[in-house]
Amino acid sequence: MRGRIVIEIDGLTKRYGDKTAVDGLSFVVEPGVVTGFLGPNGAGKSTTMRVIAGLDRPTSGTVRVNGKHYPDCPAPMGELGILLDARSVHRGLSARNNLLALARTAGIGRRRVDEVIELAGLAEVAGARSGGFSLGMGQRLGVAAALLGQPQTVVLDEPVNGLDPDGVRWIRLLLRSLADEGRTVFVSSHLMSEMAQTATRLVIVGRGKLIAETSVEDFIGRAAVDDVLVRTPEASGLSQVLAGPGVTVTSDGTDVLRVSGVTAEQIGTAAWRAHVPVFELTPARASLEEAFMQVTQDSVEYHAGAAR
Amino acid sequence: MNAALAPARAQARPGPAVAGPVSQVRVVRSEWVKLRALRSTWSCMLIAVLLIVGVGAVFAGGEPYRVSASHPAAYAVSVSLYGILVAQLVIGALGVLVFSGEYGTGMIRASLAVVPSRLPVLWAKLIVLAGLVLPVTLLAAFADFFVATAIQSARGASAISLADPGVLRTVLGASLYLSVAAVIGLALGALLRKTAAGLSAFAAVFFVGPIVVPHLPHAVAGIAPYLPSSAGGALWGQPLAAHPLSPWTGFAVLCGYAVVLIGLAAWRLRRRDA
Repeated sequence: MRGRIVIEIDGLTKRYGDKTAVDGLSFVVEPGVVTGFLGPNGAGKSTTMRVIAGLDRPTSGTVRVNGKHYPDCPAPMGELGILLDARSVHRGLSARNNLLALARTAGIGRRRVDEVIELAGLAEVAGARSGGFSLGMGQRLGVAAALLGQPQTVVLDEPVNGLDPDGVRWIRLLLRSLADEGRTVFVSSHLMSEMAQTATRLVIVGRGKLIAETSVEDFIGRAAVDDVLVRTPEASGLSQVLAGPGVTVTSDGTDVLRVSGVTAEQIGTAAWRAHVPVFELTPARASLEEAFMQVTQDSVEYHAGAAR
Repeated sequence: MNAALAPARAQARPGPAVAGPVSQVRVVRSEWVKLRALRSTWSCMLIAVLLIVGVGAVFAGGEPYRVSASHPAAYAVSVSLYGILVAQLVIGALGVLVFSGEYGTGMIRASLAVVPSRLPVLWAKLIVLAGLVLPVTLLAAFADFFVATAIQSARGASAISLADPGVLRTVLGASLYLSVAAVIGLALGALLRKTAAGLSAFAAVFFVGPIVVPHLPHAVAGIAPYLPSSAGGALWGQPLAAHPLSPWTGFAVLCGYAVVLIGLAAWRLRRRDA
């Protein structure tokens, strides 16, 4: 639609001393949808975003924003808006002056500054020193700064950190509306549940490496585990009834069994035939958080092992 | 409710992009927004001016100065500018803070992200800092001169005018010296990134060095006149040191330090991760 409004990361590696933060990462972020950048803490998300913004220099590999090497862009604020963390503002300056200082580098006027202040819901505190801001207000100020230049590409590192529920909803709507306008929106989080509500596509990383590049839908589909929870006073009896090839029954010693390999309907029918009373029969989908933990587990375990 | 609905309206603006290309002039305007809006800027400038003029007034209240062949007019002016020895620390701190304040708060990441070529940020900071310190210290130096000579002549000292040999150079030199000191502070802030480290380094070079070095073994003590504050002090006749260097040679040495440090700062800003 708008051509090459994308982020392309190709073979990106970033080392700090002998610590490898990002290790041969390649992926593409496309316009028109919100792309979530997921991974446990320490997976290299922030480092990748810092490299995208030209703040850190890659050890090897390339990063292109809209087909260009970002630091060579003549009008950087129109290309890329970035929120790195809540505290990339000068505490001694007001919200308005923080924004105005950034705006001036691109010839952006006070009107646009006031517009993003309004947009971020900071109108009442815009004149106060930002040193007194809460984490949430700092976050809103950072988002306002990222949007100043009406950039084609928006990169936000953990934008919901420190936001109240109202702020979280605000971010979600904002990200979607940016994507709907055809912009490229790339947002990191370590919370799968948050991403599931905001993002359409996912880039999942662990230990600096790509784990999956997928859509939220596929990920949820793959994550769905067809376990069924059965509550019955005759747990061991029902276990025997259900036993068969491809069926696993696990019990935690209470009256609840976790059964996989058969559907809830099949379990109900089998129990009825065997005259086993069943009080509760619940299909249980693995939560997204669990699925996310599953795919990132290896990288986390290895990480913990290496830290010892 | 309103904030949630705002995005679609505020963003959907067809037409020309709001963000234009980065230029050196624009980055200078950006840096001026920061320097102008920081309280520390104006408190540092105010303290420096009060120190220069105040110390000058106090010294002028001493014995009336008689100009003679061995007591040049310029020397009286240098003495009236004694306050510089303390004011330079305040102005150096202002210079250090220009960068360390941004590293300390994290704003540097935002600043460099919008000017990814980076060096324009350094030049802009230099321009606005020097553009503020030079005129303000110039006013302070002239104010000091007129206040001190007024007090002295009221006490019956020889009349001293700006036309006397070396007097105008001394007054202008005070301002030039302080401006270059501010630039050195800025370079130290950019190199060390931490306010405490930058202030310590500046104080060590400009304050402690000139006191300690002359007392070191002869081989080392010989460098004393070439320390930045002593060399630069030749231009305004800093009264505590001997000045084997001519005023402008001394000032050139001071500028040499500034150029080298700014060069290092530029190299580091360009090469290192922010």
